[in-house]
Amino acid sequence: MKLLTLRGVATEAKLLLIGIPVLLWTLLPIYHMVLFAISPKDTALSGALWPEHPTLHNFAVVFGEEHYYLSHFWRQLWNSFFIAVTTGVLTLFVATFAAFAISRLRVRGGRAVMNLALFTYLIPAAFLAVPMYRTMGVYGLLNNQWSLILAMVALASPYAIWVLKQASDKLPYELDEAAIVDGASQMQLFRLVYLPLMAPSLVAVGTYALILAWNEYLYAFLLLSRDTAIPLSVALGNFLAADDSPWELLMTTGLIYALPPAAIYFVFKRYMAVGLTVGAIKG
Amino acid sequence: MSSPAVAKEAVVIAATGERKPWLRPGELGGMLMLVPYILVFAAFVLYPVLYGLWLARHPASYATLIADPIFLRTVVNTLVFLVIAINVKMVLALLLSGFFMTPRWWIKVLALIFILPWALPSIPTILSVRFMLNPEWGIVNSTIFRLTLEDGPNWLNDPRLALTLAMLVHIWKALPFWTVILTAGRLAIPTELYEAAAIDGASAWQRFRFITWPSTRTLYLTCTLLSTIWTLGDFNSVYLLTGGGPADLTHVLATLGIRYLRLDQVDLYMAAVVCALPFVLPLVYFMTKRLSR
Repeated sequence: MKLLTLRGVATEAKLLLIGIPVLLWTLLPIYHMVLFAISPKDTALSGALWPEHPTLHNFAVVFGEEHYYLSHFWRQLWNSFFIAVTTGVLTLFVATFAAFAISRLRVRGGRAVMNLALFTYLIPAAFLAVPMYRTMGVYGLLNNQWSLILAMVALASPYAIWVLKQASDKLPYELDEAAIVDGASQMQLFRLVYLPLMAPSLVAVGTYALILAWNEYLYAFLLLSRDTAIPLSVALGNFLAADDSPWELLMTTGLIYALPPAAIYFVFKRYMAVGLTVGAIKG
Repeated sequence: MSSPAVAKEAVVIAATGERKPWLRPGELGGMLMLVPYILVFAAFVLYPVLYGLWLARHPASYATLIADPIFLRTVVNTLVFLVIAINVKMVLALLLSGFFMTPRWWIKVLALIFILPWALPSIPTILSVRFMLNPEWGIVNSTIFRLTLEDGPNWLNDPRLALTLAMLVHIWKALPFWTVILTAGRLAIPTELYEAAAIDGASAWQRFRFITWPSTRTLYLTCTLLSTIWTLGDFNSVYLLTGGGPADLTHVLATLGIRYLRLDQVDLYMAAVVCALPFVLPLVYFMTKRLSR
């Protein structure tokens, strides 16, 4: 009996020996960000592991746009929001139609379109960034937020179509037949049968595109440069332009910028990319 | 056209006295639904790809590219990054997936915290790491100084150290995703197998070797290949931490475009991408096949 508990203690100790380093490793950069956000300017750089006088002053500075780097904070926050939401909506529009046509109507060429989309999904997006930048120049869309929105829709749709097609293939085909026998048109089938049944996947795909666009840095900083046009991600990168950047304000803004996607992630956890990918590549 | 199809059509024509319509009823509507994506694809994927290839059409670009020592360095960096970062990440993910399967309340809580690097956007967290590593004020060197009274290394000013740190940042960010996927894969293994093994007195290693690994092998391979493609496109981990520096010595293929764009030599970057295609395309083709089942 004693031997058993001893072994039990050893097991728990072993688990903690893994768990504690994992916890520290995960939280260190995040803790460091929070530490800067609640430190006054002078103690932020002192290397202290906890500020003597934690303060929310930095947040007041950011919200009040009281620094050169932050003079368009609210505008840039709105830009991030606008670009993310528009990308989410447009991706849903494009991908839902495509997935319905490919999976339920099985139109000719659907398979080819699916393969093209998957191919796009698998090409590293960074390789496409520079030609995309030049292309947007040709289209005359540089420094226009629609260039970023359209680029993000092009990057988000392939995965969206793939996920929706996978989910759609699982719906019983008899539903469509029954609806058609009852005299439903294609649009009625789409609206009254398909959309309601696909609702969870649609939430997932919309959220995926939204977060992808909110988080995007490379395309955003290539395509947009005007202070009033850039999203918050690019504004954060711009802090690095000078050596004397106010780190505590950068980290405060970064924390504000990081919160919405994290909150969305935890609310929609089971619909998110991880869960979707598990379902799709398992097996 | 295959002969059965011809024969079938002939039967249709014979029976009805008219050709089968090219479009089935309602097919036009279905095809219209593909139009938005096809337009997006044509304007924002196909055109940029063709434009990029067109920019890379001059043989002279390739000669200049090969002669650029930064390009060769970038190729080496990219290979090092791929081989080390991906394997370390995937092995750690496999090991940690075993840990996260252990039924304990605190491991469930830890799993929620563990996903944070994946759930948070890259920019603030990577910049946070960058500040931690600042040689003068960063918390890492401050702590080293406090403990040893000696100055720590100038982390990001040494190309090898900087690239290693970029790999660590990449692993920090991507490890949770793959751990979750591998955990899900392992949870699907029937528990009866482990129960039977326990009755037979199998050791932990034997259980892994003869039950876990054979059941996870395919998933592990798929994950590694997908991760290869995504790691190849990881711009943020390198650019936001090192900016490609010092002296452009830590660029990878994903960040090289920015360098050539600044030098106004976009054709060189497109040539570099074309050079990478013989390695990337087979991988992409294989994965497309695999995911389109």
